[in-house]
Amino acid sequence: MSQAVINVEGLTKRFDDTTAVDAISFAVPAGTVVGLLGGNGAGKTTTISMLLGLLLPTSGTIEVLGVDMLRHRHRVLTRMNFSSPYVDLPHRLTVAENLTVYGHLYGLSGVRRRVAEVAEALDIAQFLKKPVGKLSAGQKTRVALAKALLNKPDVLLLDEPTASLDPDTADWVRTYLETYRRETGATILLASHNMLEVERLCSLVLMMRKGTIVDRGTPAELLERYGRDTMEDVFLDIARERRTGGVADAAD
Amino acid sequence: MGASVRRIAAMVLRYWYLLRGSWPRILELAYWPTVQMIMWGFISQFMATNSTWVAQAAGVLIAAVLLWDVLFRGQLGVSVSFLEEMWSRNLGHLFVSPLRPGEWVTALMTMSLIRTLIGTIPAALLAIPVFGYSIFDMGLPLAAFFANLIVMGWWLGLLIVALILRHGLGAESLAWVAVFLLAPVSAVYYPVSVLPGWLQAVAWTLPSAHVFEGMRALMFEDAIRWDHLAWATGLNIAYMAAAAGVFLHYFNVARRRGALLQTGE
Repeated sequence: MSQAVINVEGLTKRFDDTTAVDAISFAVPAGTVVGLLGGNGAGKTTTISMLLGLLLPTSGTIEVLGVDMLRHRHRVLTRMNFSSPYVDLPHRLTVAENLTVYGHLYGLSGVRRRVAEVAEALDIAQFLKKPVGKLSAGQKTRVALAKALLNKPDVLLLDEPTASLDPDTADWVRTYLETYRRETGATILLASHNMLEVERLCSLVLMMRKGTIVDRGTPAELLERYGRDTMEDVFLDIARERRTGGVADAAD
Repeated sequence: MGASVRRIAAMVLRYWYLLRGSWPRILELAYWPTVQMIMWGFISQFMATNSTWVAQAAGVLIAAVLLWDVLFRGQLGVSVSFLEEMWSRNLGHLFVSPLRPGEWVTALMTMSLIRTLIGTIPAALLAIPVFGYSIFDMGLPLAAFFANLIVMGWWLGLLIVALILRHGLGAESLAWVAVFLLAPVSAVYYPVSVLPGWLQAVAWTLPSAHVFEGMRALMFEDAIRWDHLAWATGLNIAYMAAAAGVFLHYFNVARRRGALLQTGE
């Protein structure tokens, strides 16, 4: 297995008397797409927020690209990026204005050229002068992805990247992500509810429930382990606690 | 990696895009200072014939209202630019970028300066032909008064931002009303000596009271009161340091509570 780009050990987050994430450990190998799968409230978004430094963990360690994220996250933030349907770009700014601001925040050289490149790649060039607030959900998702890819990140964290998209647009986004990973060797961690997406994109899946990783493996391994034909059935088995896997605590 | 001028400029650009994209927003900046100046200008004209105190220094009330607006606009400039991020649910994107809290605060202050200048300069210029009073006649001391009042607006704005980070958008109305709590003890339109003894002690802990006393000394006695300027500057340095500490504390509280990701309309 190639070297891990993300290393998480004993990560825990408590809010008062609620434990949102409970001592999870995992590693994400370089150049892979790893899926965080789980129902609502499983702890996926909380985990991603802690990886990014938006949320401080109660305990545990996080290393990204060899850097301790709790102490020195600014050393690697230029090599990371993120997209989530729960975080917006300013609605009153145009797409071009938003991408220009973020291009400068990430310290890009040739911001105008790079904005044009991502706009072309993500097929949003025709919206560049439109305010983000006037775009459809699918267009907004593509703009958010454009922002996430502006700095050509080595590590991309995506929270439900195809939520609320029609099947055609969702397929387009998945294809784009596959191509991006293949061409750049980037590492992608994505949280998703969409089983087809996970089967198609992910080489490793971490199944979460109630803040813990209850199972992990490749999609093929999970299908075999649960004796199911689809990841959706595996997901339902785990979410409804019909069965638990046996390798959650296995070393990566 | 230290502070980056480019990231600060990027955030100023972000707020500038927002401002230039809406002429009502620009108009609103100049509207209230101008209306206030006109109202106090007419009150001054009336008082000049009925009050020996006002008659001694033409324009004292106009100067007071214009300088008060520097403080108010300075505070509002910081708070409203911050609220824009809350309303647009953009904090999550900002703080996964390399932007540091100190760079963001510097951008908020820069934008506050721009907004204050856009708001108060037209009113100050209009006072010249309409009331025959130019605040620019104060000369260099005006720059010292302006600097002290806008810095006071910044630390007040920063404290309000900290409270909103702690309590969420339920506390957003503080951005518009908090400064008025300080108006009576800032002695904007009257000397500090008018206040009861215990309130005078409170007034002297505020940089604004020293600025307005200094302004009146300049206008009535043609004297530059360096003691008031020194007090205002010293207090501002102390309060700014304290406000920065409070802001950073509540920023970290927001990171512990997950508020950076969840705040919004």
